[in-house]
Amino acid sequence: MADAAIELVGIDKSFGMVHANRNISLKIPAGTIHGIVGENGAGKSTLMSILYGFYQADRGEILVGGKRADIQTPSDAIARGIGMVHQHFMLVHNFTVLENVILGAEGEPLLKTSISKARAELQRLERDYGLEVDPDAVVEDLPVGLQQRVEILKALYRGADILILDEPTGVLTPAEADHLFRILRQLKEEGKTVVLITHKLREIMAVTDNVSVMRQGTVVATRKTGETTVEELAELMVGRRVLLRVEKGPARPGEVLLSVRNLTVRDARGVTMVDNVSFDVRAGEIVGIAGVAGNGQSELLETITGIRKAVSGTVTLAGRPVDLTGAADPAELRARGMAHVPEDRHHMGLVLAFEESENSILGYHRQERYRNGPLLDVDAIRSDAREKIEKYDIRPADCRLRTANFSGGNQQKIVLAREMEQDPKVLIVGQPTRGVDVGAIEFIHKRLIEMRDRGKAVLLVSVELDEIRALSDRILVMFAGRIVGEREAQASEGELGLLMAGVEQKEAAE
Amino acid sequence: MEFFNTLIFLLDSTIRLSVPLLLAALAGLYAERSGVFDIGLEGKMLAGAFAAGAAAAISGSAWAGLLAAVGIAVFLSLVHGFASITHRGNQIVSGVAINFIAAGSTIILGQAWFAQGGRTPSLGGDARFGSIQLPFAEALSGVPLVGDLYSDLLSGHSLIAYIAFLLVPFTWWVLFRTRFGLRLRAVGENPAAVDTAGISVAWLRYRAVICTGVLTGLAGTYLALSQNAGFVKDMTAGRGFIALAALIFAKWRPVPVMFACLLFGFLDAFSIRVQGTGLPLIGHVPVQFMQALPYILTVVLLAGFIGRAEPPRAGGIPYVKER
Amino acid sequence: MSAPYAKLPAWADYGLIPLINLTVAFIVAGLVVLLIGENPLRAAVILIDGAVGRGQSIAYTLYYATSFIFTGLAVAVAFHCGLFNIGGEGQAYIGGLGVALVCLTFDSILPWWLTFPIAIAGAALFGAAWAFIPAYLQARRGSHIVITTIMFNFIAASLMVYLLVNVLKPAGSQAPQTRTFLEGGQLPKLNWLLEALGLSVRSSPFNLSFLLALLAAFLVWLLIWRTRLGYEIRTRGHSAKAARYAGVSETRIIVITMLVSGALAGMMALNPVMGDQNRLAIDFVSGAGFVGIAVALMGRSHPAGIVPAAILFGILYQGGAELAFEMPGISRDMIVIIQGLVILFAGALEHMFRPGIQGLFASLSPRSIAVEAKQGERA
Repeated sequence: MADAAIELVGIDKSFGMVHANRNISLKIPAGTIHGIVGENGAGKSTLMSILYGFYQADRGEILVGGKRADIQTPSDAIARGIGMVHQHFMLVHNFTVLENVILGAEGEPLLKTSISKARAELQRLERDYGLEVDPDAVVEDLPVGLQQRVEILKALYRGADILILDEPTGVLTPAEADHLFRILRQLKEEGKTVVLITHKLREIMAVTDNVSVMRQGTVVATRKTGETTVEELAELMVGRRVLLRVEKGPARPGEVLLSVRNLTVRDARGVTMVDNVSFDVRAGEIVGIAGVAGNGQSELLETITGIRKAVSGTVTLAGRPVDLTGAADPAELRARGMAHVPEDRHHMGLVLAFEESENSILGYHRQERYRNGPLLDVDAIRSDAREKIEKYDIRPADCRLRTANFSGGNQQKIVLAREMEQDPKVLIVGQPTRGVDVGAIEFIHKRLIEMRDRGKAVLLVSVELDEIRALSDRILVMFAGRIVGEREAQASEGELGLLMAGVEQKEAAE
Repeated sequence: MEFFNTLIFLLDSTIRLSVPLLLAALAGLYAERSGVFDIGLEGKMLAGAFAAGAAAAISGSAWAGLLAAVGIAVFLSLVHGFASITHRGNQIVSGVAINFIAAGSTIILGQAWFAQGGRTPSLGGDARFGSIQLPFAEALSGVPLVGDLYSDLLSGHSLIAYIAFLLVPFTWWVLFRTRFGLRLRAVGENPAAVDTAGISVAWLRYRAVICTGVLTGLAGTYLALSQNAGFVKDMTAGRGFIALAALIFAKWRPVPVMFACLLFGFLDAFSIRVQGTGLPLIGHVPVQFMQALPYILTVVLLAGFIGRAEPPRAGGIPYVKER
Repeated sequence: MSAPYAKLPAWADYGLIPLINLTVAFIVAGLVVLLIGENPLRAAVILIDGAVGRGQSIAYTLYYATSFIFTGLAVAVAFHCGLFNIGGEGQAYIGGLGVALVCLTFDSILPWWLTFPIAIAGAALFGAAWAFIPAYLQARRGSHIVITTIMFNFIAASLMVYLLVNVLKPAGSQAPQTRTFLEGGQLPKLNWLLEALGLSVRSSPFNLSFLLALLAAFLVWLLIWRTRLGYEIRTRGHSAKAARYAGVSETRIIVITMLVSGALAGMMALNPVMGDQNRLAIDFVSGAGFVGIAVALMGRSHPAGIVPAAILFGILYQGGAELAFEMPGISRDMIVIIQGLVILFAGALEHMFRPGIQGLFASLSPRSIAVEAKQGERA
């Protein structure tokens, strides 16, 4: 094995209460493509941002080319030959390719010579690596794939020997991704070291020499890619967590309450996030949508609940269609019996600056029972909130406390209490236990089963595979905006893991 | 001929009236292109005018006035920077505060030091930036047309007026042909791109607001030492906001800024000229309408009815590293 | 979660930090007084005495405070929705037009107590109308409301000069102002209220609109904290995402909030136009719209904070006028400086002292010592 291009020793980093990286040690051999896989939130991006000097580690050291490197800022990293292609491109949208490439590496106070130097250098890089892009094009006019190429050119122009790519294929089509991989192999042949951060196992298998798996802030394993399998990596990535046991009887599905047909959603940039998705949810069943975060689940939820517009497709709620063209009014959907526990409880599900009781009516604040003449019936709201606090064991039991002062688990209970107590027909739930302590998780799971048993149609989206398996009666797996498979609740973790990683059935069988 | 003379006269006052607008608008351009909104142009210009008037009155030197004006305006810019860059405060609130501080303190200090009801003493000679005759202006003045245009229109302005117009190509050059300009434009659009390129966002923005300070100081100096013979209370009279309007109108680009300022200056000159008299074809146009026109035009532009004024993307938002 | 500081108790958050900010603003103002060679302490004594020393001065103080309550509430309502309405000055100016038109129409036929409600409606309607266009442009076309409201201040000024000079000025008069309203267009003074408290007031502009201002403060409190609309306004102000989730229409809430804000600013005009001068004169707002910004920031956008903040500024205005007699170096413009400093320290720099205070609390309270970032300061 070649010498280490980068060696990380005992890297530790916390953001407030979140321990993002725990005592990470890692060697990346020079001249290889090294994959780092893990679920979202496993700490991959934080680790790479530390390497790039964007954050400073609380403890630990970095060795570049065997020498201890004190990397305080990105310019320290750049000076040591480290380049990074960020997940969200760090480009100036109205600059030309050339201007973006030289930004920060202009050399001299006047642009004229640096621009002509850069032009020649770009031509060379184009030749050597097949990185064609018009140097005078304005970046925002370029397709996403080419914008990424500009990011790579930026790093190479600065003389990077080590190139970090953070989730580079998230915005690319499969063809573009393949082209990117060819470029990465080319770079390796030229002696560069490439670090590829991703949650897609297919990519790891396709292009890397070695792979490290991260989970919950630690590196749990490093393997030679040739000596491991997708199954092993999937298992390492998801981990063997404490088995969640939820007591539940068999489902007794009734009529279809929520029906989604051919739903397609694009984001503001025009990238397709939800791609022709169809499914039904019946009364008395929990349908789980499994998938790695960022595969369109959030957009799917927001569209069904009227927060986001759809490009095409239909949604039917209890037999009546939902208007998806002009962004249906979430208030109207609530009135029609749809409750929504959103993924982002800090910014969407709750107003953290509000009192607990105020959050207990968010979205339902126009209901008659909270009204007293022209005013809000504060007494009714508070006694209602106290009831929920008791029923859902929300602590501290103070409906006038600012919501920001509750723990994550209790904040989530505030949202659940609000949505479940409306006695909806359909309950849409996103990441119900994210950032929630173990005790609350059990409580929340029980309540969801209860809802099912009371004949509600429950749509559950979670990136926690255990949770999906423990709660769902049917499991849909979402990958790259599409539903790539439907499985029974008894499906094995490995099977689901493969689907989540975008490995088609046929490939897996081989 | 009468009409021609009127036209020359009108254009001449257009130039004079647009100089402070131009300087202030270019000043705003530096800050806003770097992503720092500045509605405190008015206050900085006013403080600069006062400092220029006061220092020139005491020292008898216009240059001392200029120095004082630039000094105080840069100081106020740094206060704005301290609040909005270092402490990530609300840039609008900070700009409003600076306008009030300048409006109040120029009167209070003026009265305390000179006791002339908020004015500074009347200045003359070396204490002002008087008009400069361009070479051959004398000789050409008799030549028809050329003489009028050259000797009467182009010649005879103050040094600062010439500087103001030279600053237009200069600013363009700085913005589009220098490393500083490239980074300045970048930090106003996407500070994270600048940060990851290893450049300090804060320092870059501080440099931009310092440029703003220097130019608003120049604008104030022009008002107190060229257009007038000393500081008069509230002498900016909303020009800082017209400059802001011009900046938006020109979509934050230097050469259009000049034309916007000339247009607004012309409206001003025109409304003074036609005050009380009717216009051919249109008839009587209220002078107040002419005065309000720059603001009306800016609102129409902002509404997106004539083109679209898109401010620098990062404008008004304090930079916080993403987590 | 990125702030590694101790959490502050509510009294420190809502009491201590604003107080520190305010104190710093006044210290800097004191430095300005020093700079012009006067004694700041003596100036403060004269100022306070001039504002609250006699019944007469208290009446003036409350007269000024009346205007500031209205404009402070106007700014605060917009703040609650996350909007910065800098246009209070123009909205109040146009509101004055509403008041004047009502008074000029009805003063000869109706008693004041019938004219008053119509005038309130006129003031509110005109003020709201002037806020509507910026609001609509912000909501539907994304035009920055700060810039449009500034522009509308200037447009209002030009429009009012035009109307006063060309339309409203009685024939044969020189001054750009309307005729004086008859008794049916004059609000009764409230001097008796102070006299009932044992103070003596010779004559003052202190009038009925003060009570209206207090009522407005109460109603704003009711609106913001006790109605569904206020609930939606606050939701939008804290988080646009949460508002969307709750089914609150962005356009509707922005427009309604600005209409309320503009109406409140417009009602300020009742105080000088119908309560004191009894005619519409040029520039009668004279900066009260801008004082509202300082008042709202100081009062933390809560009516219970705005009323005292408005009275404080009333004290500064009235006391400042008195101060100008005693100390010729100091005119009422001193107040403009203080206003600016309050906006700077209570607004733009409101968090400057927070880390320090939080560090202090962390080091004093043994329970919150988990705070690592402050180790350096304690050492």
